[in-house]
Amino acid sequence: MTHRHSALLSGVGNTRVGALPEASCLGLHAQATQGALADAGLSLRDVDGVICAYSFVEPYPMLSSVFCEYMGIQPAVTFSLQLGGATGATMIMQAAALVEAGYARHVLCVTADNRLSGMSRDGAVAALAGFGHPEFEVPYGLSIPAAYALVAQRYLHETGATVEQLAAIAVQHRAHAALHPDAHQRTPITLDEVMHSRTIASPLRLLDCCLISDGGAAVIVSAADTAADLRAPRVRLLGAGQGHTHEHLIAAPSLTDFGCKQAAARAFARAGVKTTDIDVAEIYDSFTITLLVELESIGFFQRGEAGPAAARGELGLNGRLPCNTHGGLLSFGHSGAAGGMFHVVEAVRQLRGECGARQVRDAELAFVHGDGGVLSAHCSLVLVRA
Amino acid sequence: MMPLPHPNADSRAYWEGTALGELRYQRCSDCGHAQFPPRAVCLRCAGALQWARSAGQGSIHSYTVVARAPSAAFKSAVPYVLVLVDMDEGFRLLLTLRDPQTAPTIGQRVRVVFESTEDPAICLPQAVQDGD
Repeated sequence: MTHRHSALLSGVGNTRVGALPEASCLGLHAQATQGALADAGLSLRDVDGVICAYSFVEPYPMLSSVFCEYMGIQPAVTFSLQLGGATGATMIMQAAALVEAGYARHVLCVTADNRLSGMSRDGAVAALAGFGHPEFEVPYGLSIPAAYALVAQRYLHETGATVEQLAAIAVQHRAHAALHPDAHQRTPITLDEVMHSRTIASPLRLLDCCLISDGGAAVIVSAADTAADLRAPRVRLLGAGQGHTHEHLIAAPSLTDFGCKQAAARAFARAGVKTTDIDVAEIYDSFTITLLVELESIGFFQRGEAGPAAARGELGLNGRLPCNTHGGLLSFGHSGAAGGMFHVVEAVRQLRGECGARQVRDAELAFVHGDGGVLSAHCSLVLVRA
Repeated sequence: MMPLPHPNADSRAYWEGTALGELRYQRCSDCGHAQFPPRAVCLRCAGALQWARSAGQGSIHSYTVVARAPSAAFKSAVPYVLVLVDMDEGFRLLLTLRDPQTAPTIGQRVRVVFESTEDPAICLPQAVQDGD
């Protein structure tokens, strides 16, 4: 199998993640960009495509144009993209399409936000609640955690999974984050601490929910024939796919099966691989339940088997499917669209063998998945070590 | 201030109905498909829609007890129970379960009641356990 024509993920970078009150949102974009450029062995003038996402703290209607102005660059192609938690993966899919079609050589995909320091916690929670339907959800006080809690309650009912199994996911993610120097939360937690943290929306407790962090991440996607110009041209995009079933929870066709099924199936078909070929998976984990339903809906586990597997440690570094090896949104951090991009960054580093204590041995094939809304918009990527 | 709906051309008949104590939903006059939220076209056949009146009975598809309010407007309301209700006519609503007499369960029967709001033109449908 040769991948000579597939786009390269040529550089990755992330800022520190956590409370960064000294940084602006655009400043975090710049920091992440510099990290990715240095990693790729490129300079800013090599970049001829720029894809940005969105910011709650600095809500420009044309963020990518503002970012290019801030950096003093005039790319051949730029746009901003909004797909909630699926944004990061979708940016990579679009960047690859641009370089494979010849519209650009090196596309910078950059995401950042500073919701922790740039807005109040209440402000961030209220902004997220705006994802709800303005007439049929928001007037009822449906928060994002409450929407996922409705998914969780139904999932527990249908599968017999337990809150202990949800808690095991949170504990595993924290253990991974403890091995990453940039993670927001690195202090180990126990099942008991997760299950006795305060209730946010039953059955979800505080430690079932992702963090709110400041931070940024950038990935450069380069044309296949630029390999000679790059420092580490080793990771390629083998396949990508999307799946979309709804935006609002009240319109979701199922509470246990989601567009991740179609997104992953399309990405796997394009890559010519299957779930059992994957060595490491970086899958969106806005809540513990998010990962659990997606693992089964995608097909990594049979219905009802992901929870017991998590409890047995099978999502750990030496498990059957090492998952969210950086600690995910639950413990590495979640800063808007950068949250999903951290998963891409980690997958690239795993495939290059750069992860030290958290390295998955002989990782050759990685799966990345992002979802936005309430399991509404999905994008999957299959990355390969070339 | 509670966030209240601003009816538009798609939803106006729904909110006019709730103000009269009627729960209305869209049904396609061509294929019979029941749909919610209201839209300009039938999702199944793109046919013509008409408004039908629901009997206001359904079963809980899922529920949660919300302890952390999404905004200042709901801080005095927590904890409250949100339920996704599968209405007998084949559409799904998100409602608050008012004054539950027993713990909510999936499959439990509920019926719709109508609550006035700060806006005299808007009544919000809510759920109560059947038999109340």
